Amino acid sequence: MQEIVETPTDAEATTIEVSVWRGAETGDYQTFTVPLRASQTVLDIVTHVQRYLDPTLSYRFACRVGVCGSCAMTVNGRPRWTCRTHVSKVIENGRIEIGPLANLPVIKDLAADMSRFFEKWQDAKGVFVPSKTRGQPIEEILPSSPARQAIDAAIECINCGVCFAACDTVRWNEDYMGPAALNRAWTLVNDVRDAGNAERIFAVAQGGGCHACHTHQSCEQHCPVALNPTASIAGLKRRTMQAFIRAEVK
Amino acid sequence: MNVRLYFLQRATAMLMAPLIVGHIALIFYATRKGLSAPDILGRTQGSVGWALYYGVFVMAAAIHGAIGLRSIAREWGPRTLAQKPRVLDFLMWAFGVTLAILGLRAVAAVVL
Repeated sequence: MQEIVETPTDAEATTIEVSVWRGAETGDYQTFTVPLRASQTVLDIVTHVQRYLDPTLSYRFACRVGVCGSCAMTVNGRPRWTCRTHVSKVIENGRIEIGPLANLPVIKDLAADMSRFFEKWQDAKGVFVPSKTRGQPIEEILPSSPARQAIDAAIECINCGVCFAACDTVRWNEDYMGPAALNRAWTLVNDVRDAGNAERIFAVAQGGGCHACHTHQSCEQHCPVALNPTASIAGLKRRTMQAFIRAEVK
Repeated sequence: MNVRLYFLQRATAMLMAPLIVGHIALIFYATRKGLSAPDILGRTQGSVGWALYYGVFVMAAAIHGAIGLRSIAREWGPRTLAQKPRVLDFLMWAFGVTLAILGLRAVAAVVL
């Protein structure tokens, strides 16, 4: 297997000052000097620190190619997927500050506790509820149908939590389900095979649901896979409003 | 904010938009034409139309503002308040009813 970080003895390497959060809810930034390399990602830097400078540094990653959504951190104040964030794009005055994701408890160093983020998916009824049995024919869904296209626009979420960390409403309102959970609910609302929409529409019409969104669009601004959860939430607002007018929800 | 409050706030906003335009146009008309207080009262006193126009405006503003302030109190108020929906509801009602009374009193003063 190929090494993801070259040895730090590269004669051409210049260096970068990296401040990394150490501790849990309380702690401080610790500064490391790391060699600067071509095409280096922020995750490469964190890995360098952990492998060569301080093995006690805790952080989370898996795929390293922007699929798994595990390595999101706060880089120079903004939530980002670190495996696909090039250092050259975010470096400011020769420095980078790396912290854990905001709006979530910190377990240790750069590892945030994602439990609350995933619990919100349950609150928003983000689980598919089958309406058919194995014996019934497969539902035909035209790729050109409006419902399928609404799903296509929202389905590629990698559950990284960047939108949750970027959202002002999440910071102000701990009951708020957040952009990712509501985006997931919107894909299921549009899924003609799903049988759970009565409960789902009811769930997202409550206090912490879609109507808490202030449409700041930080989720859309920061989403690493260029989704627009704000548009999904707007769809839920329309759908719940229709249900309210028809007295299906109170 | 739940769907009921959201609906009421959006519905009152839609109602107020044309009323505000009419209200501002009226201010320009009254000042540019140099209407005196007796002139204005002469047109508003006993007028069912003006009573309805400003009565609806006041009620829409009271509902709209009270719901908005509930959200602000929920999100920017003390943390202890955030977990007390009944207290938030009480504050919303108290503000809305106060605004409605003050506004309707002002409407009554020019139409009765």
